[in-house]
Amino acid sequence: MEDTFLFVVLTLDAMLRVATPLILCAMAGLFSERSGIVDISLEGKMLVAAFTSATVAALTGSPWLALFAGVSMATMMSLIHGFACITHNGNQVVSGVAINIIASGLTAVLGNAWFHRGGQTPSLPSEARFMPIELPFAEAAGSIPIIGTIYKEMISGHNGLVYVAIAMVLITWWVIYRTRFGLRLRAVGENPQAVDTAGISVAWLRYRAVLICGLLTGIAGTYLAIAQNASFVRDMTAGQGYIALAALIFGKWKPWHALGACLMFGLLDAVAIRMQGVSVQLIGEMPVQLIQTMPYILTVVLLAGFIGKAIAPKAIGIPYVKER
Amino acid sequence: MSDMISDTATQDGLAGESPTNHLALAIELKNINKSFGAVRANKNVNLPVVAGTIHGIVGENGAGKSTLMSILYGFYEADRGEVFIAGNKVRIDSSKAAIKAGIGMVHQHFMLVDTFTVLENIMLGAESSPLISNSAIEATSILEHLADNYGLHVRLSAITGTLPVGEQQRVEILKALYRRARILILDEPTGVLTPSETDQLFEVLKALKNEGVTILLITHKLREIMAITDCVSVMRHGEMIAHRKTSETSKEELAELMVGRKVFDSLNRPAEKIGPASVVVENLTVLSSQNVPLVDNISFQVRAGEIVGIAGVSGNGQSELLDVLNGIRPVDQGRIVINGREITPDHPFDPAEARTLKIAHVPEDRHRMGLVTKFDARESIILGYQRLTRYNPGMLLDQQVVNDECNRLMALFDVRPHQPEIKSANMSGGNQQKLILAREIDKAPTELFVGQPTRGVDIGAIEFIHEQLLDLRDTGCAILMVSVELDEIMQLSDRIIVMFEGRIVADMAREEADIKTLGLMMANAHDTTDADHGAQATSSAGES
Repeated sequence: MEDTFLFVVLTLDAMLRVATPLILCAMAGLFSERSGIVDISLEGKMLVAAFTSATVAALTGSPWLALFAGVSMATMMSLIHGFACITHNGNQVVSGVAINIIASGLTAVLGNAWFHRGGQTPSLPSEARFMPIELPFAEAAGSIPIIGTIYKEMISGHNGLVYVAIAMVLITWWVIYRTRFGLRLRAVGENPQAVDTAGISVAWLRYRAVLICGLLTGIAGTYLAIAQNASFVRDMTAGQGYIALAALIFGKWKPWHALGACLMFGLLDAVAIRMQGVSVQLIGEMPVQLIQTMPYILTVVLLAGFIGKAIAPKAIGIPYVKER
Repeated sequence: MSDMISDTATQDGLAGESPTNHLALAIELKNINKSFGAVRANKNVNLPVVAGTIHGIVGENGAGKSTLMSILYGFYEADRGEVFIAGNKVRIDSSKAAIKAGIGMVHQHFMLVDTFTVLENIMLGAESSPLISNSAIEATSILEHLADNYGLHVRLSAITGTLPVGEQQRVEILKALYRRARILILDEPTGVLTPSETDQLFEVLKALKNEGVTILLITHKLREIMAITDCVSVMRHGEMIAHRKTSETSKEELAELMVGRKVFDSLNRPAEKIGPASVVVENLTVLSSQNVPLVDNISFQVRAGEIVGIAGVSGNGQSELLDVLNGIRPVDQGRIVINGREITPDHPFDPAEARTLKIAHVPEDRHRMGLVTKFDARESIILGYQRLTRYNPGMLLDQQVVNDECNRLMALFDVRPHQPEIKSANMSGGNQQKLILAREIDKAPTELFVGQPTRGVDIGAIEFIHEQLLDLRDTGCAILMVSVELDEIMQLSDRIIVMFEGRIVADMAREEADIKTLGLMMANAHDTTDADHGAQATSSAGES
């Protein structure tokens, strides 16, 4: 009983860790897509940010400089996406794919050229990384049954960026639904002409959305490389950008719903990690590969219509051109 | 600044009426020129609008009305020319500048976010605070004021997309007033309204006028111009042709000015020889994907040699009915018999079979269904009939035959420009429609199902199209026509059916119908004692 409880708590703890980049990316995508810009380049931007931050951390030893560099590079990529899609009315999917390909290729090539480790960056010492934070009274609370255990094992002891990610959901919700900027952002994704005729610049609104998107993917990538791991590994994002995009769609482009979807994917991943080598009655040792494929299978199944109709922002993917 | 301007405008508007007095003009456009590539959309346009009046602008499609209004609202900038608002020269290079100058615009296609509440839509872009909640408080009190003053009542918390179009339009007007517009431009405001909604709109416009608001009304409906405007300006081919006081002109004169020649109303020719029923619809029901009936248990017949007009506000099941009759949508319940072929849920048919049954279809939305806009006229002229052996003697299309066919039909139906290689997208609406009619009528159909035959078509072409439909009818073709234009229904139909929410609420001979009653039936407000039961009463009366 005690063991099962601890197992569940530790799994949930892992879920939060694994879900963090997904949550940040989903919120990033939410800003972009709510403004009407499809962003499948979450993956690429995250990858670039991961590589940049790992490199800067390895060179300077400062995680803060690394974070700044990671965010800057991801934002740059966002601006390229924006320049192609907003200023030049390019196809948003094509631009996104291009960014993903560039990101995957460039990080591998530069990594190889600079560090000669097959695309990997040097392992970082803990000073150059973001390390877990013990919340106050975690040790003391650990002795209180259940609640204390949950606090100590699940809530406390995470990386600072994990808390940032959770806070970001609240902030996103507040910005989108409670502020003037959010109102306009939602409007521009539904009917950009209405925004234009109301005397607001469609392009500037969308650029701001894309910039926020870059900022958040930058944090996500940095988390991957210098918080969750201690170096950059080639293609280390491993499709998480796409999973975040799927979570955003399950979440019907709403912050809390998207958080739920991210946590679900995180949970599946965490279970996969936990189940490694564990022997289950009747079945024997669980094939880890099977559990690891679960998020992807689930993506396909759920997207095929199990979540009800996800209604996208109406103007999504359509460049805004004044008629004639 | 903008307040000051508009206040002067108001006072002057109330004080003097003479258009020669400079200060009394709310708007003055001088020598406006605008070209799109080689097309000169506006040529030296001058327009004086007296403050506090309702000023109509009429013209055919492509006459340059919308371009002119877009220039005034800052959507485009004029190549040359000056804009004066209340006597002051202003530069309007964006919608923002237009709003600042006190100009508000109600677009033909509403500029509303469907998923937003009414309040959010009105606030959008004119929020008084970075936080929505603060802006909402202020906006609510202002809007309550406006609603009381002008009778513009809309529930502020309603989701905009769920409101009827008449109310959405009120939201658009409120939006402009909330931005303190003293000049209101309305672009074809009545196109989507029921007759009773139109009356309500006109009440609102009169109330606004009494408060000193200057209103520019763009329309092609001359009846409305005569009913509500004080002055009217006529545009043709990008030029301002004439200015008239409404009281000193007539519908006939305006029509002539618009087209550039005398126009006759299509003759109201009664059907001569009506044959047996050639289309029989019995208890037809069509369901939406959510199983909501779009066409609800209707029965009617169309006989050879008659035109049956289906009147109704768009969106009351007429489109679905046309789709079913042409085999585009399946029958969900009931049955249809056309030329002896029975169509039921178990025996469906498709558009290809419809053509072999000699059914012709002129769809409501010619860009989506009637033509491929990127095709040239030769390709459009065989669209749907591309499998006919006369076009396909061997493996390939015979380009020469197709070309000759296109030339012949273009000449027969006076399609201009007479160039088989012209892209459909580059033809005017009237010529596109003539091309489609030529294609369909030339096959000598025994049934023709036509939706909105003259939507977006110039007055000159309307006359021609009406003639063609009447001629076809006189050859013994059974014609079912769906139209939202009551004038058209009255002019062409031998029998009139009114649809409301998928049901037939009236079925009568043309002689028994008048526009006013039809209008009420379309809004399902015919029986004033009890609107809801009235529909059923009328409906059963119509079927008996």
